[in-house]
Amino acid sequence: MNRLAIPKTYKLYIGGKFPRSESGRVYEVLSHQGDFLANAAKGSRKDTRDAVVAARSALSGWAGATAYNRGQVLYRIAELLEGRRAQFVDEIESCEGVNAAVAGTQVDEAIDRWVWYAGWADKYVQVAGNANPVSGPFFNLSVPEPTGVVAIIAPQGSESLLGLVSAIAPALVAGNTVVVVANELAPLSAISLGEVLATSDVPGGVVNIVTGSPTEIAPWLASHADVNALDLVGAGALDWVELQISAADTLKRVLPPETGADAAAPALSRILAFTELKTVWHTKAIL
Amino acid sequence: MTHSPLATYQPEQRALALIGGEATDANLRRYLHGIPGIDAVGLEARAADLGTRSIKTSSKRWAIDTIIGLIDLTTLEGADTPGKVRSLVAKALVPDPGDPGCPRVAAVCVYGDMVGAAVTALGSTHAAGGTDGTGVQGVRVAAVATAFPSGRASIAIKLADVRDAVAAGADEIDMVIDRGAFLAGRFGQVYDEIVAVKEACRRADGSFAHLKVILETGELNTYDNVRRASWLAILAGGDFIKTSTGKVAPAATLPVTLSMLEVVRDWHRLTGVRIGVKPAGGIRTSKDAIKYLVTVAETVGEEWLTPHLFRFGASSLLNDVLLQRQKMTTGHYSGPDYVTID
Repeated sequence: MNRLAIPKTYKLYIGGKFPRSESGRVYEVLSHQGDFLANAAKGSRKDTRDAVVAARSALSGWAGATAYNRGQVLYRIAELLEGRRAQFVDEIESCEGVNAAVAGTQVDEAIDRWVWYAGWADKYVQVAGNANPVSGPFFNLSVPEPTGVVAIIAPQGSESLLGLVSAIAPALVAGNTVVVVANELAPLSAISLGEVLATSDVPGGVVNIVTGSPTEIAPWLASHADVNALDLVGAGALDWVELQISAADTLKRVLPPETGADAAAPALSRILAFTELKTVWHTKAIL
Repeated sequence: MTHSPLATYQPEQRALALIGGEATDANLRRYLHGIPGIDAVGLEARAADLGTRSIKTSSKRWAIDTIIGLIDLTTLEGADTPGKVRSLVAKALVPDPGDPGCPRVAAVCVYGDMVGAAVTALGSTHAAGGTDGTGVQGVRVAAVATAFPSGRASIAIKLADVRDAVAAGADEIDMVIDRGAFLAGRFGQVYDEIVAVKEACRRADGSFAHLKVILETGELNTYDNVRRASWLAILAGGDFIKTSTGKVAPAATLPVTLSMLEVVRDWHRLTGVRIGVKPAGGIRTSKDAIKYLVTVAETVGEEWLTPHLFRFGASSLLNDVLLQRQKMTTGHYSGPDYVTID
């Protein structure tokens, strides 16, 4: 029996909700062979602005959660990804034109990466922080704290799920909130990840996913005064030097584009890239 | 348009002529209940429709500066101190220190005991409706009075509250009506109180402080009551009708403000006198505020968009408007780090 095809029109993921683009625009997501897969929302600068507002208001709650709690929440995402494994494999197969085995490997690797980063949540402070020796009767402690709202241009090449996870997970570990511009040609993994996040324990607004054109959206994020850091990992094809200059106007932390097979490889340095070291002096009791 | 003979009457005579006798409960009830009722669905649909207008670029720029010039920058907290009022005044005078071209707000609105602090802090920039020494529009001082926000005190205390604030230099008095009396149908009492408060607004030199009458629409329950309270306040001599204290939810909403503007429009047609409207509380974004501007312009006309006839009672609205203004000036989005925390 022939069944009626159901062409999906996906929406954005902002502030824990799934709004349509304010602009009302959508674009077609095509398979590797050029067949129609779905419609995705084409986010505008105003959607990005809304996403930044959502990320800002979610920041105090997420950064203020205990490190142990953040680790648990992130680990729970890995669990949910595992449960939706078949869907991700399917989407990666059709979007990227790879076979099931390759897609499966990518999903497994993405899940492993979540778990790896989740484990760091209550450990990175011990590694990066320090009790500094000073010549006086003082405790001198350095502690990393989250930078704030991090805007990310997700990797735009193959391995859409792994690239996205590699970019957002390290920023979340430290307690930052994230606005991420998804892979433009293969956004299905990002959209499905948004659905996973919405049903997980991650508070609304901690991760905001905007689909659409990075070329159009990135300059607004780079110049936005309420964004504290900019991860250009997937901005290799954009005029990213201009984006860096624009980001410097409001003193953002910036990570440069990365390409190749080991782009955004898991590393403690990716977590620490979006932290600020706070040093406090405190008198020692002298008895 | 020609006005009826009412336009030539003195205000008190006019009210009595309209009511058709003394301002007793019975006469007022007959008059106020004779006013046509409100089509609530139609009113809300009209307000929602007015909220869909798209205001772009140069119009938006104008709207944003107009909004700033119409704001009663307000602090009404139990924790207010003279220091907080001073910083409020500083913000009222220079809303955006990064842009000297940013207009001043219309007034600061404080509790009666803070009027002295506000007047001192304003100094030469304090101007009762006029301009200061440099020819720039001065900032006025508004005081809430009559046992704000509940209004539950004896009339003697309410009037003393008003006289205190006026003596301390308040240019405008925001009084609350006795909602309990209004809802119980004791219109005469509400009327007499407004008249008495108006009299208490008289300064030593015989001039009057501007009287804003707060209806507290959130407690009036129906649009019909809002319309009746608006008529009552205007009949009794209020210069402004104000939606809310900001202490009761829901505070100002667009339909409520629209219904009050309609009363003001009808009063102007009837008598030729212009009454002001002040929505207060719950207006936090420039987008909301622009909807109110549209509603005013479409209902009573653009000539109402002056500080003498329209105000926003707000505290957090100003910051959002400033962020929009910075966005329009610099071309990129601004953030809360670039406006003052208050």
